[in-house]
Amino acid sequence: MSKPKGASAPGTKTNSDLPELYRTMRRVRSFEERVGELFVRGQTAGSMLHLSIGEESAAAGITAAMKPQDTFTTHHRGHGIFLARGADPKRMMAEIGGKEAGYCHGKGGSMHIADMGLGHLGANAIVGGGIPAVVGAGLSARRKRNNAVSVAFFGDGATGQGVLYESMNMAALWGLPVLFACINNQYGMGTRIDQATANTALHERAIAFGLNGESVDGLDVEEVAEAARRLVDAARAGKPGFLAVSCYRFYGHARKDKSPYRDAAEEEAGRQRDPVAFARARLIERGLVKAAELDALDSEIAREMDATIDFTIAQNEPPLASMFRDVFDPSEPEPEPVRTRLNRVLATEQENG
Amino acid sequence: MAELTYRDALRKALADAMTENPDIVILGEEVGRYGGAYGVTKDLIKEFGPERVIDTPISEPSIVGAAVGAAMTGLRPVAELMYVDFLGMTMDQLANQAAKIRYMFGGQIGVPMVLRTQGGTGRSAGAQHSQSLEAYVMHTPGLRLAMPATVADAYHLLRQALERPDPVVFIEHKALYTMKEDVDLGARPPAWGKAAVRRQGKDLVIVTYSRQLHYVMDAAKALSAKGIEATVIDLRTLNPLDFDTIREHVERIGRAMVVSEGAMTAGVAAELAARISEECFDFLEEPVIRVAGEDIPISVSPALESGSVPGPQLIAEMAGRLLA
Repeated sequence: MSKPKGASAPGTKTNSDLPELYRTMRRVRSFEERVGELFVRGQTAGSMLHLSIGEESAAAGITAAMKPQDTFTTHHRGHGIFLARGADPKRMMAEIGGKEAGYCHGKGGSMHIADMGLGHLGANAIVGGGIPAVVGAGLSARRKRNNAVSVAFFGDGATGQGVLYESMNMAALWGLPVLFACINNQYGMGTRIDQATANTALHERAIAFGLNGESVDGLDVEEVAEAARRLVDAARAGKPGFLAVSCYRFYGHARKDKSPYRDAAEEEAGRQRDPVAFARARLIERGLVKAAELDALDSEIAREMDATIDFTIAQNEPPLASMFRDVFDPSEPEPEPVRTRLNRVLATEQENG
Repeated sequence: MAELTYRDALRKALADAMTENPDIVILGEEVGRYGGAYGVTKDLIKEFGPERVIDTPISEPSIVGAAVGAAMTGLRPVAELMYVDFLGMTMDQLANQAAKIRYMFGGQIGVPMVLRTQGGTGRSAGAQHSQSLEAYVMHTPGLRLAMPATVADAYHLLRQALERPDPVVFIEHKALYTMKEDVDLGARPPAWGKAAVRRQGKDLVIVTYSRQLHYVMDAAKALSAKGIEATVIDLRTLNPLDFDTIREHVERIGRAMVVSEGAMTAGVAAELAARISEECFDFLEEPVIRVAGEDIPISVSPALESGSVPGPQLIAEMAGRLLA
């Protein structure tokens, strides 16, 4: 995979690597478009698929601030974050499709994907469910002295959950290396943020708990990356943080949701706030990359992601016997299947007449 | 041999395990400076420091959730839930996270944590501090469940729980903390997941666990005076469930009673009775009897409280009628 040449030009307001951030966001967009397509064609498993189109700057900007030893959890809309962290799109899409070759051998799917190699402690289908795990990861980092930060990614919907505040309180109290990353896409399912809370300046609540707190505009991935770097660095030094990235969920809550609860004009305006298009325009404007080079990059990414669809369709479903595997550690007996147990019981009945 | 209380044995298990394994940390409400609501962690903070014995805010979901995250990143946490009645507060982190992580993630990682808590009646603690909620745990695939009835088991089961690769819910009984026994902790304990046959008799099998073991043993003594001899099985762990031991004795004897403090309907006793009926049907001379908690909340009134759960008299009376 090639990437456009050139770093941020001298004199620009950030020192982030915009070409790399663009490439990451483009890959996320491209992956999400294709996984959505696969879903529409009925070729993914699962009845639920939550796309992060419009939110790519949060995934790219925050993961860019993380180090290899860092860990993270995500919410149910987490494909982009995991891909930005370095996931193999083939194994990801295979997992979303419920295939044996997926990261979790088809048992997890879109909302329960994880990879210990990349420090992904798991996506979560319970709103806010993955947040307290980063407090524990922070305790581990402190005890093991391994200089790791743990990042909880969640949506604005999770700001309604009590565990967020419990966990922020613990992280601040104990000075843990933790970042709470709130991707505020304005909607918790069909409820707009201002219909769910009176104070939408979400970072203020973190400050009240004693954390560093910032809100940034997710239109500009460089701003996200800068803020994330500041907050992750401070967390690594023992001052946990909270970052709210404001963006717009381009499509419905799940793939089949046509968003009847919001009007067309709002959607139209929201989709104008496109972090991928914004970064592309800035790259050209700064003379960092030519439009033709970006077109070539986009095409290359499109081909890579097209190949993930072909790969996923070609993969096998997990074998039925794997159903009883991994309930407990492999050294322990697997649960006895109902059929086996009943065969045993009824055979005894017949023998004894 | 040394005389120890159930509480001392639990504390010793934690201290011995923490000395051997630097990855063990304790977190929970009042576990440090206060020493635990029932004194189990008394002075451990002095011995192991506040980095390993962590006093938390009153935030049960995040106590359990932090233990999950710590277990996934190399520690072996012991989260303390002051009362099992608070299980509902933590059920997302326990049942949706801890119990399912190994499975959902395709076996990539386990959650080797212990959730220590205590339950049951006996201290006039009212409806929200006296329940027996082990059925909630037993009904959740992915969780192990230990419930020690004796001082020796308080020690050994907790040491064993701290070696297990999967999440263990460890439910102590609040009425047993001051119980004393002469124990030889150097003696080899039964293997994890094995039931203990506490008494052998030819007339019926009584299967039980936790504090009810002592009521069953009292009832067995009273029955013996009338010429009825009971075999008493203490399950020790409900998951794994040692059904082989139950089967062996029920098939030999042909009469079975299950005794549990938990509410009768859809409880642990219901599961055990169903399995015995299903798997040992041809050997049974009588229906399997459940003696369990009433389907009512627990009252503060000591009279109503003790009347809400089985006691030696009810157990002995029903066993006598089963044999009549």
